Amino acid sequence: MKRSVITVVGKDKIGIIAKVCTYLANNSINILDISQTIIQDFFNMMMIVDTSKSPKKFDEIAEELDQIGSEIGVIIKTQHEDIFNKMHRI
Amino acid sequence: MINIHEVIETNKMIEQENLDVRTITLGINLLDCAGTDLSEVNQRIYEKITRVAKDLVSAGNRIQREFGIPIVNKRISVTPISLIGASCCKTVEDYVTIAETLDRAAHEVGVNFIGGYSALVTKAMTASDELLIKSIPKALQCTESVCSSVNVGSTKTGIDMDAVKLLGEIILETARLTKDRDSIGCAKLVVFCNAPDDMPFMAGAFHGITEGDAVINVGVSGPGVVKKALESVRGADFETLCETIKRTAFKITRVGQLVAQESSKILGVPFGIVDLSLAPTPAVGDSIADILEEIGLEYAGAPGTTAALALLNDQVKKGGVMASSFVGGLSGAFIPVSEDQGMINAVEAGALTLEKLEAMTCVCSVGLDMIAIPGDTKASTISGIIADEMAIGMVNQKTTAVRIIPVIGKNVGERVEFGGLLGHAPIMRVNDFACDNFINRGGRIPAPIHSFKN
Repeated sequence: MKRSVITVVGKDKIGIIAKVCTYLANNSINILDISQTIIQDFFNMMMIVDTSKSPKKFDEIAEELDQIGSEIGVIIKTQHEDIFNKMHRI
Repeated sequence: MINIHEVIETNKMIEQENLDVRTITLGINLLDCAGTDLSEVNQRIYEKITRVAKDLVSAGNRIQREFGIPIVNKRISVTPISLIGASCCKTVEDYVTIAETLDRAAHEVGVNFIGGYSALVTKAMTASDELLIKSIPKALQCTESVCSSVNVGSTKTGIDMDAVKLLGEIILETARLTKDRDSIGCAKLVVFCNAPDDMPFMAGAFHGITEGDAVINVGVSGPGVVKKALESVRGADFETLCETIKRTAFKITRVGQLVAQESSKILGVPFGIVDLSLAPTPAVGDSIADILEEIGLEYAGAPGTTAALALLNDQVKKGGVMASSFVGGLSGAFIPVSEDQGMINAVEAGALTLEKLEAMTCVCSVGLDMIAIPGDTKASTISGIIADEMAIGMVNQKTTAVRIIPVIGKNVGERVEFGGLLGHAPIMRVNDFACDNFINRGGRIPAPIHSFKN
């Protein structure tokens, strides 16, 4: 299973999660975990997703999510989960 | 599973605190390119470097995209060229053709620096070592990406003072030949004692003869991350301070280890080491001096600086060692002047002198680094500075280095601008009492007594 972490940071507004989840569903990307918090008035959301069933490559997914982010005025980053596991788990 | 706060912490380090991987350096063995025909040797060197390193830059870019961690530099180090050119180079000009070949190959594969235009003198110069050293000024004048280093001593062998004397002259000559660019040639020339074979950082990187055919070495960075972590423990005791540095160094190094493993996998080249060094850049907030200030000093250079740097260096090692399967290179804190805005501020405020920097090099991972001095400094004075620094390395069984830039046409009070990662620097005052009679003696300083451990 290839797991990636999607983070969404920006000003809170209606429909951010809907927009991201629609994209994930349309591209056969499964959401394994989702959580959100507000830090200094900024909306922070993190999703752990499984991209192994998606027909699209990692780069393509990352780029398209970035594009959706700029359309709705938030920053969407997609990263392989390993960087977080390595840093925070022994 | 990873939680949102851990994800936010990592991304904050990258986005706001300048966490990056400073360099992925691909070491390439060129011993099999040696021969008696110069043009054939040049051809083989070009062919091997462009073949082995052809995917280096794209691999770095791919890792950067997938993990979201900036990989600032992709670089190459090669076997010391004095070994490769020994049988085919009869003149200084012959050696310079190899420098030009290295430059072309680096340009072709898209790396910004290639290190290894080097000689491992250590005890005494061979004829080819001496010829290569004499070709350094010309080689650095007519190439852009080539970096040069000379190891002139070690704890086991002592210091070759003939090479130290020669290098004082060579550094001045390099400064003169590149004076139209603020003597920038000298920023690409390092004089070492106890040079490590596997260091990924420029300008001193070379692929040592103890290494395999090709190897991936990674240099991490992150002074900004350490500084930020220390802000949260202001006023706390030394135990808390040290624990915080150690924990932060662990996290930084884990990223380096991940990048090293990934690049090794993509390129099909074995992973060598992670160099734990905290490497500053001229960017605001990416400074070792800022960490020293956060520890409690008004400026780097104030009394207490050497102790603060000693504990910083030690905690970085302690935290980093457990985070990586192989640690090597210099691994500690770098204290270049021109590449660290906090150091520059300290020099300009009058808090930091050359002598204090020398004391600091006793306890950190490198030496006198990126220090601009007046262009009319005598060659023997430069040799004296080198000899002092080499002695510190030899006696303390550690690597020390000198990368000093006599800026032709400039004097104390003026500034010099190198640009990019090399930064800018105020010209520092040099003690100009003479040491000619010491440098002119010739010969070798014997190895210290504690080196005889057999």
